[in-house]
Amino acid sequence: MENKDKINSSRRKFIKNLSSGTALAVTGLGLYSLSSCTSSSDEENTTVLTPEGKLVQVPKSTMKEMAYEPVSPEESRQGIPGKKWVMVVDLGKCKNARKCIDACDHHHQLTPDRPYIKVLEMKDNEKSAPYWMPKKCFQCDNPPCVKVCPVGATYKRTDGIVLIDNERCIGCRFCMAACPYSARVFNWGEPPVAGDHEHYSPETSVPSKIGTVGKCDFCPDMLRQNKLPHCVVKCPNGVIYFGDENDDTVTNGDETVRLSTLLRDKAGYRYMEELGTKPRVYYLPPVDRMFPFEKNTEENSES
Amino acid sequence: MKKDKLTQEFKTERERKVLGHLVFTSPKYKLWVAFLILIIIFGMFGYYRQLRYGLEVTAMRDYTSWGIYISNFVFFVAISLVGSLISSILKLNKNDWARPLTRISEMIAVAAIICAAVIIIVDMGRPDRFFFVITHLRIQSPIIWDVIIISTYLTISLLLLFISLLPDIAVCRDKLTAIPKWKKFMYRVLAINWKNSDVQIAKLRKVTTILAITVLPVAFAIHTVTSWLFATTWRPGWDSTNLGPYFVSGAFMAGAAVIIFAMYLLRIHLNLKEYITNRHFDKMGRLLVLLSLVYLYFNINEYLGPAFKMVGVEGEHIIELFTGKYAPMYWLVQVGGLILPIIFLIFRPFRRPLPIFIISFFVILGAWFKRFLIVIPSLQHPYLPIQGVDESYLHYNPTWEEWAITMASFAWLLLIITVLIKLFPVIPVHDKIENKEEVEPKSLKNEAS
Repeated sequence: MENKDKINSSRRKFIKNLSSGTALAVTGLGLYSLSSCTSSSDEENTTVLTPEGKLVQVPKSTMKEMAYEPVSPEESRQGIPGKKWVMVVDLGKCKNARKCIDACDHHHQLTPDRPYIKVLEMKDNEKSAPYWMPKKCFQCDNPPCVKVCPVGATYKRTDGIVLIDNERCIGCRFCMAACPYSARVFNWGEPPVAGDHEHYSPETSVPSKIGTVGKCDFCPDMLRQNKLPHCVVKCPNGVIYFGDENDDTVTNGDETVRLSTLLRDKAGYRYMEELGTKPRVYYLPPVDRMFPFEKNTEENSES
Repeated sequence: MKKDKLTQEFKTERERKVLGHLVFTSPKYKLWVAFLILIIIFGMFGYYRQLRYGLEVTAMRDYTSWGIYISNFVFFVAISLVGSLISSILKLNKNDWARPLTRISEMIAVAAIICAAVIIIVDMGRPDRFFFVITHLRIQSPIIWDVIIISTYLTISLLLLFISLLPDIAVCRDKLTAIPKWKKFMYRVLAINWKNSDVQIAKLRKVTTILAITVLPVAFAIHTVTSWLFATTWRPGWDSTNLGPYFVSGAFMAGAAVIIFAMYLLRIHLNLKEYITNRHFDKMGRLLVLLSLVYLYFNINEYLGPAFKMVGVEGEHIIELFTGKYAPMYWLVQVGGLILPIIFLIFRPFRRPLPIFIISFFVILGAWFKRFLIVIPSLQHPYLPIQGVDESYLHYNPTWEEWAITMASFAWLLLIITVLIKLFPVIPVHDKIENKEEVEPKSLKNEAS
C-alpha cells in the first residue's frame, strides 16, 4: 500500500508537470548544453523533464516557446507509440456544468448545434434517479464506423484512438448510421473557421470541412505534447479521468489513480457492452453523488 | 425533314405498328419531353444550391443523416429488378406471353439503375471526391460491395438490352428510310454488321440465355447488398436478418407494378393494343398478386417479432410506426399499397387494363413511401436519447430542394426510357416482321429455347 502511494505521488507530480499547461518545449539538445552553463541566481527557474526522465531546474530565459506543429494526415494514421489511451467518466461527480463541452467546442471550433460532447440526462428505469452522462466518442476497439467506411477516411490507431481524415471523407454518412452511440456530427453547411490553418491534421480536427464528418478525437495533438485533453482539464468536478491503459494509470488532473483499481473498486462498466464494440470509455456508476440532480441550475443553464 | 417523313413506307401494317413510333414524332411527345426537361432543370437548380451551400439545404441532420435521397435510391434499385424478372425469370420459365414485355422491362432496368447511381452521388457530402471510392476503396465496406454489384448489374443489363436489340437495330437499319443521317449512322454502327445469318442467330440465342441466367443472381445480390447497407449498421430498426429477402421480394412486387404501369402507357400512346393485350394485363395481375403475397409474408416477418417483444428502442420505433407520427403513412402504405391491391387483383375484373393500371400506381406509390419508412424512422431511434440539439434535428420534413431533386431523378428515369423508346423498337419486332406467316407461338418457342 505504501509502495503504491509512492508510485501515485510520483506519478501525480509527473503528470502535474505535464499538464501544467504552458506551451513550453525544450529540445533535448538544449538541455544538455544547459547543464554545463551556470545559471545566474536572479533568473527565474522552471522545472522540465529530460528525455531520461529526470526533473531538472533550468532558467526560464533559456527556453523558447514553440508553436506545436500538428502531424500530417499520413502520420496521424499511426498511433502514439506504446500508448493505449483510455477514459473513465465518474457519473457520481457530474453536475452538468458543461465546461467540457465549452472547452471542446472552443478548441475544435464547433458551433453549439454540433458539439462533439453531449451531456445526456439519463434514467435507467422508472424507479432509479436520473443522472447526467457526459458522452463523447467511445473510441471503440471494434469500431462500427471504421468497418463501414468505404474509403478509409476513418481509422483505428495503435494507441486506440479512432480518427477522421476530413480530406479523405466523401460524406456518405455511413459511419453516422453505423455508430450506435450517435457520436458523429456532420458539417451540413460551411463550418466557421477561426484563425489561420496552414496544415490540416486529423489530430486536431481543425478546420472542419463542409460535407465531411467530425467527432470527438481524444485530442491527440494535446497527448503528443504530453497534455491532457481539453475536456479533462476544464472539468471543474474532476469527472473525467484520462490515461494510458499500458501504464494502468488515469488522472483527472487532480488525482492520479490506477485504472484497474478504479474500475474494480467502483464497478466500472462500458456503455452497452452487449453491442460488442469494446469502447475505450468506461463509466463509474452514479453512486455517492457529489451533487443532487438538478436541471437548470445557474451553472448548467448558462451555456 | 418533313419531306423525308412522307417517303417512309411500311410494307405491312405490322411494320407500321411496331416501327412507326421511331419515325413519327407527335406534338404530344415533344410536350412530354419538354415537361420532363423542365422538371430536370428545376431539380438541377436545387442541386446547384446544394453544391453551393452544402447538404444544409436539405432537412437531413445529425440523427436523420439519410433522407429521401437514400430511400429514393433504394426504390430505384428495387424497380431495376424488373428487368431480371421479365427477361430472366419469366423467360427461363418459358412464359412466352411475356415476350413483348422484355424490351420495355430491360429499358426500365437500365434507366433505373443509372438513376440509382446518380442519386447516390447526389447524396454525397463530397461528390468531388467520388473517385476515392475507387482509388481508396476498402473492400469490407458494404458501400463498396454496392458499388461493385451495381456496376456489374448495369453492365449485364446493358448487354442484355443491347444484344437482344441487335436484330431489331438491323431491321431499323434496313427498313427505315425517312430518318435523319445521324440515326441511319447510329443504326448502322449499333447493328455491328448483323446479317440475320443462322450462325449469328444461334450465337445470339446462346448469349441471351447465358445473360438471362447470369443476371438473376446479380439481381438478387444487388438488392440484398442494398439491404445490407442497413442491416450491417448498429441500428435497432434495421437489425434484422430478414432484411435481404424482405427487400428483394418488395423489389419484385414494385417491379411488376412498374411494368404494368408502363404497359398501359405504351399501349395507349404507341397504339400497341395488338401486342400488349388484355391477356398480358391479366397475367401480370396474377403475377403481381403472387409477388405481393410473398412480400406480405416477409413484411409480417419483419414486424411481428419486434412488435411482439417490444425491446427497448426497437419497441419505441415500432410504436412510432404503428401508432405514432409515422402511423398514417405506415398504414396507408401497408393497406393501400399492399393489402388492398392483393384483394382487388384476386378478382378478374380488376385485372383489366384501366383498373390494374390504377392499382399499380398505388403499389408504386406505396413502394416509394415504404422505403421512406424503412430508412427515416429507424434513424430517429438511436440507442442513446436525442437531447441537447437544435429543434430541426428532431424532425425530418424534406425541403423543396430535396423534393425537386427527387422529382428530377424521376424525370431523368422517364426521359431515359422515353428516349430509348424513341430510338429503338419497344416491342421486339424482328421475328414479327421476318416471319410474316403470323406464327407467333412458334417463333416464340424458338426464341425461348
